[in-house]
Amino acid sequence: MSELIGVWLAALLTLGIFSFLYKDNPIYKICESIFVGVSAGYWAIVFFFDNIIKKFWYGVFPTDNSEPNYLLWFGAFLGFLMLLRLSSKIGWIARWPLAFIVGATAGLYMMIYFVSNAMLQISSTMRNVVAVNPETSAIVWGETIGSVIIAVGVLSGLVYFFFSKEHKGVFGQTAKVGIWFLMITFGAHFGYTVMSRMSLLIGRVDFLFTDWLHLLK
Amino acid sequence: MNKKYTSCSLLLCSLFLTVFLLSFSPVSAQTEQEIIDSVNTIVSQQLEKEKSPAPPTEVEAVDKPNDGGGAVLINWTISDDGADIKGYIISRSESEQGPFHDISESVQGSDSYTDNKAIQGVTYYYQVKSYKDILDLNNEIQRITSPTVSTGPVVSTAQWFNTDRAWCLFFVLIISAAIIIFIEKAKKGSSVYVRKIAGIDAVDEAVGRATEMGRKIFYIPGIQDMNDVQTIAGIAILGRVGQLAATYETWLEVPVSKSLVMVTARETLKEAYTQVGRPDSFQEAQVHYLTDDQFGYAAAIDGMVVREKPATIFYMGAFFAESLILAETGNAAGAIQIAGTAMPSQLPFFVASCDYTLIGEELFAASAYLSKEPRQLGSLKGQDVGKAIFMAAIILGVIFETFGIWNLSQIFLVK
Repeated sequence: MSELIGVWLAALLTLGIFSFLYKDNPIYKICESIFVGVSAGYWAIVFFFDNIIKKFWYGVFPTDNSEPNYLLWFGAFLGFLMLLRLSSKIGWIARWPLAFIVGATAGLYMMIYFVSNAMLQISSTMRNVVAVNPETSAIVWGETIGSVIIAVGVLSGLVYFFFSKEHKGVFGQTAKVGIWFLMITFGAHFGYTVMSRMSLLIGRVDFLFTDWLHLLK
Repeated sequence: MNKKYTSCSLLLCSLFLTVFLLSFSPVSAQTEQEIIDSVNTIVSQQLEKEKSPAPPTEVEAVDKPNDGGGAVLINWTISDDGADIKGYIISRSESEQGPFHDISESVQGSDSYTDNKAIQGVTYYYQVKSYKDILDLNNEIQRITSPTVSTGPVVSTAQWFNTDRAWCLFFVLIISAAIIIFIEKAKKGSSVYVRKIAGIDAVDEAVGRATEMGRKIFYIPGIQDMNDVQTIAGIAILGRVGQLAATYETWLEVPVSKSLVMVTARETLKEAYTQVGRPDSFQEAQVHYLTDDQFGYAAAIDGMVVREKPATIFYMGAFFAESLILAETGNAAGAIQIAGTAMPSQLPFFVASCDYTLIGEELFAASAYLSKEPRQLGSLKGQDVGKAIFMAAIILGVIFETFGIWNLSQIFLVK
């Protein structure tokens, strides 16, 4: 019975959200409010149990034989400082944990981004642009063209993202080639992502026709 | 035990078969000899199959270098009769006397295994043995293992420096030095040119449009938390938009999906309003939380856009699948839209549905472009120096690779 109610509720909410495609209406407003309210409550509970209970409380007061992690008190202290925003007199202290989060994030992610977005991409771009078949010594045109496109695309793309030099003359033309490469890439991405969105829609329609209406087996 | 049993049964069977054939079959002496020979061949082949495989040699367990602890690297030289061996069994114990517990099986031809489940500071002993699988006379698979080879003790420790990333350090230091030099130059009054960024130039126009129409401005800082650099960049641009909105006395609304972003955005806007001399115009309700849920957030913003019809919408930060839902609704509502993100998969949607789009690094350059602040401008110039170095490296690397001079790419290949 509870499963039946769940299916009906999910189906009606799905249709309610879909009704937005026609225009904004009271049914959509109800569904939107339920969606926002339920999800906000759900995530509040998930974060509370995942972070305050599982990570902090069981970390500081472990129920097994493991050693307590006293470092977690530092995180709890920063969290407490955040709550000081509620006070109008000492609310400014809440800026400290924010500064810590932003600073620590910048430091921690610097190497990760530098390695993945710079070093490894440069390494992958340094390819032999004249691919030769070792047995026949003939040029492998497909691979050769691919390598040239990668090298030209990366270099012209980098030129486009040069901010301290005006884009004119040869430099400007190269930047134009770069933006062409970017737009072609975006086009390919667009098609790919639209297909994945279609699969989400198919999943929802499948739910309506199979689980709700039982029109499909 | 199985092996002995199989061997004994095999021998008995062969003996019985031989006696049977010799006693009852009317065969010639030559044929008898052939039968005996073939039976002997089968027996010797089976015994050969059942022989233990050769164990691995030079087994060595060492603390995995350049890691944060918690990993032990076990190396060995593969067994002589490698072709028959199916793989290697690795066992671990905290005592030299055991008991040893199997922790993994490596496949044929492998000569190392990394135990990533070792606890930092704990002493371990390891055993490695090779194995092969054979079919016995009943066509059942029997596993035969070699004698074990022990190694240890070994303790996993964390290293302060990852020497594999020495080149990373080198390039980071060069770029950092360039940034510091150009910041100092900019501070001393040296002008730093920043090329035109169309999307940023349109910010003033977009805020002005909202003012003329007497409608709201929406600023959507993405769905990631403050640990994402795109969100940080988005919040930096919010400061400038906030200053303009405060100056023109236009209502700026910032719906967010993360509590920390809400707090940061409020602080940023408060400061922006104060900087233009209108601290009283700022209201905390301008920045409000909706939900952490991605599509719940998108649904709520869609409803707000349709009902309140903002004149201008900014999307600055990290976006995922909700990007097109938001931007398409804004477009249908007739708002002027400026987006900025470094998410490659979402950029196409913003390019298609927004009036202006800041592509990738333009988002990060935007705050320097808007503020003209020496520190940010110097930083931008320093980063351009880094790009120039990398471009030169790519050109050299491609030439070296093509002519087989030197493998420059190994310098940039970080493990």
